[in-house]
Amino acid sequence: MAQRNNKYDRQLRIWGEHGQTALETARVCVLNCGPTGSEALKNLVLGGIGSFTIVDASKVSAADLGNNYLVDWESLGQSKAKSVCALLQELNESVGAKFVEESPEALLESNPAFFAQFTLVIATQMTEAPLLKLEEICRQQKVMLVIARSYGLAGLVRISVTEHDIIESKPDNKVEDLRLHKPWPELQSYVDEFDIDTQDHNIHKHIPFAILLIKIAEDWKKSHDGKLPANVRLFKEAITARRRVEEDEDNYNEALKSAYIVLFPPSISSQLRAVLEDKASDVDASSSDFWIMVSALKQFMANEGQGEPPLDGAIPDMHSFTDYYIKLQKIYQARAEADVTAVEGHVARILKQIGRESSPIPRSTIKLFCKNARNLRVLRCKMLSDEFSSRSGPELQRLLAVEESSHPALYVLLRAVDHFAATYNRFPGVFDGEMEEDVSRLKSLAVGLLNDMGGGGASLPEDVVSEICRFGAGEIHCVASIVGGIASQECIKLLTRQFTPIQGTFIYNAMSATSLVLNV
Amino acid sequence: MAASLAPTRWADLDRLLLRPGNLVGPGFEPGPELLESLQNDLRVLVIGAGGLGCELLKDLALSGFGHIDVIDMDTIDVSNLNRQFLFRMQDVGKPKAEVAAERVMQRVKGVTVVPHFCRIEEKDVSFYQDFHIIVLGLDSLEARSYINSVVCGFLEYEEDGSPDQSTIKPLVDGGTEGFKGHARVIFPGITPCFHCSLWLFPPQITFPLCTLAETPRSPAHCIEYAHLIQWGQDRQGESFDADNPEHMKWIYDQAVKRGEQFNISGITYSLTQGVVKNIVPAIASTNAIVAATCALETLKIATMCSTGMEVYMQYTGTEGIYMRTVPHDKDPNCIMCSPGVPVEVDTTCTLQKFIDQLLKDSRFKLKLSKPSVSYHGDNLYMQAPPVLEEMTRPNLELSLLTLMDGKTSGVLNINDRRLTGVLRVRVTFKEGLDSVDMDTAGGG
Repeated sequence: MAQRNNKYDRQLRIWGEHGQTALETARVCVLNCGPTGSEALKNLVLGGIGSFTIVDASKVSAADLGNNYLVDWESLGQSKAKSVCALLQELNESVGAKFVEESPEALLESNPAFFAQFTLVIATQMTEAPLLKLEEICRQQKVMLVIARSYGLAGLVRISVTEHDIIESKPDNKVEDLRLHKPWPELQSYVDEFDIDTQDHNIHKHIPFAILLIKIAEDWKKSHDGKLPANVRLFKEAITARRRVEEDEDNYNEALKSAYIVLFPPSISSQLRAVLEDKASDVDASSSDFWIMVSALKQFMANEGQGEPPLDGAIPDMHSFTDYYIKLQKIYQARAEADVTAVEGHVARILKQIGRESSPIPRSTIKLFCKNARNLRVLRCKMLSDEFSSRSGPELQRLLAVEESSHPALYVLLRAVDHFAATYNRFPGVFDGEMEEDVSRLKSLAVGLLNDMGGGGASLPEDVVSEICRFGAGEIHCVASIVGGIASQECIKLLTRQFTPIQGTFIYNAMSATSLVLNV
Repeated sequence: MAASLAPTRWADLDRLLLRPGNLVGPGFEPGPELLESLQNDLRVLVIGAGGLGCELLKDLALSGFGHIDVIDMDTIDVSNLNRQFLFRMQDVGKPKAEVAAERVMQRVKGVTVVPHFCRIEEKDVSFYQDFHIIVLGLDSLEARSYINSVVCGFLEYEEDGSPDQSTIKPLVDGGTEGFKGHARVIFPGITPCFHCSLWLFPPQITFPLCTLAETPRSPAHCIEYAHLIQWGQDRQGESFDADNPEHMKWIYDQAVKRGEQFNISGITYSLTQGVVKNIVPAIASTNAIVAATCALETLKIATMCSTGMEVYMQYTGTEGIYMRTVPHDKDPNCIMCSPGVPVEVDTTCTLQKFIDQLLKDSRFKLKLSKPSVSYHGDNLYMQAPPVLEEMTRPNLELSLLTLMDGKTSGVLNINDRRLTGVLRVRVTFKEGLDSVDMDTAGGG
């Protein structure tokens, strides 16, 4: 256990023990183990997933030795799935390793039930038709699907899940929820203990900024008909008037820096609003714990919360005496605990209403939910079948005209190469002798595709079309490492239910090292 | 030759190297010579054999590079194994560079990887001159700055102020932290160097000592008190070693005691290690993405087989994915890579006074101690060896304007043992500066 914790130390600091446990119970299937599939799996094996299964029918060829690190010369001519499986196993002995020497396309036809055993399937280097079939199976069997494609100097990653709920979205810019604009009674009575104009200079410069802001806002309201300052500048002037410049007071510097949060307390984000308004929050006996907690959250906000979600209870460091700060911290924590208890009460009532008293939701789960209530996310992915048949042409047409980058064109072309393969039984540009013909064939297929989608008339840049033909469906190691790397990262987000996965189709342009997520 | 053993081995790469394209770098000439030169002629140096380094070695070897050197001073630790895929449990304690080189050569036939188990400063500057491209997989700003000063030291400018192309040593740099990272390409003299954009690196968080000593409020405050103050008091004479478990346990125990005393909870052993060693979280996927971006740019520089990226690529994987490039500007007065840092000098100034002025200039603080000065290859004043010092000493009393052939401006090269490379100073002569400037120009 100690060695496990040491081995995973640098990632435990990101997703915690519970995130690691989620990885360790995950069963992942990878379809095709060229460099894209192998690299995606490599990162997951290093991170310590429970087990993996590789599905690939091909044999190790000379070309594999030039672009895939997870095959060796000794396995030339042997099963690629077997070779990659063995070399991956070396990377982490605690991961279960299996392989099936069969083509994913054949397996989809012969044994769709095969996929039900997995938590997540990564489909690499597959074309439209089998992907549609795979998605249908995965949705039916509630298996998460991640699609990854490396194509010359271009790439694509797409997630397909029915619904993915995230409690710990861990956004980069977390908002401080301090309620300085409306302190609750316990906080108010602590604030009342302070005389911020004390003549004791040492105390004056050790009063936490949260107390200063509440006090100064309160004083302003008293002399301004109960109204807060009209803007931050006025409030900052009022703060500056109370500080003692000669004392170089850090607490006042912090108060000035945070002055805006009194006037602009955190609002309900559009993502949270969407979760609250989601139909799934009208719960019944079949609802998941997540939606039951969302339903309880709504009741909390309508009642005890007075429009606000539960307090998370965390406060930033504040320049202050230790005891002032610790007391303040305890007041926030106590309020957060009280909010959890209130939400817990709503959860219990809801469970009773829907006849689920026998399987309660643990307080620790409700606590985690409340702590992250402001940052809840729900991800629902469009079906590939909708995307492929949708009338998204006009949006693509707009993007092709507006977007300076080549990502929308790459998106259309990556789909067009599959149509090319379906028509000619090979990818464009695989033969040197037919490059010119392939460029015009690919272009007319791409234009036809756009027309079918309702985006006729949009133009595709010539040089991007010819570059796609130049790539000849080659799998460049570095591109595979990037696309596979991104696919593995998205798998980790899905499996740990932490952070926010891609919402749309991720298009990677290795020519310029840029990307774009398209919503079509 | 490995390539002749298996003629289709590089089939995928050959799409890029043998075929003409429309979106390629300047002067791209497709043909088998490109792969041959990658395999036989080009020499690449990878600095760091850690999270990025392991990936870089694999990526470069599978991009056709045949001669790679790798330098790293570290040995393998258990906590490396979640991402540094060239290492196994039984390798713990061995030098990273050596194990990494051996593993890559075993797997990718035909590639030569030469390991260097040492600090980057231990190598002579000329060591770095031998490589065509230098790729950095580092985690410290200091090491990046050092290499930056080395390659900027190679840079020379033409008379007209344009960089001498043959002296430009391209640098490719990657960095990661958790789900975030960056990759950048530096052509010294053409694109911004590290020093031009130091602001890209956030300052390190440090706690004021008075907070630690008098008003601790967080677990980190308690840990840093034990680490920075208490150790020196209670274990005088013993130097603290973060890799010694007994030392770390002691810090943890003291921090817990201090936490109890101040009513602060939440101090864990893991947090203690994190604070004391300043641990940066790291995962396999981000390293793979950033390293492969760097390796691909290295391939583009070497072959021009595709368009290069703009200066600096930012990667964020926490909320969806952002991968965008940002064009930064060069600092025209950069002390590392500019054709000359502007310095105004009075027309009557002597060489000695000029040297004194340089030593007082805040821009060169801590960078100069005993500067030697040359102009167009002529030594105006040399601090050493004694023979040259004596020969050039009479110049000190001469007017700098005269020494610079009476021109109103020009570039002087300053050498100093504190500098890794050369400092280029663009002198402009002005009348009447002497009285006003001697106090202010020097400044803090």
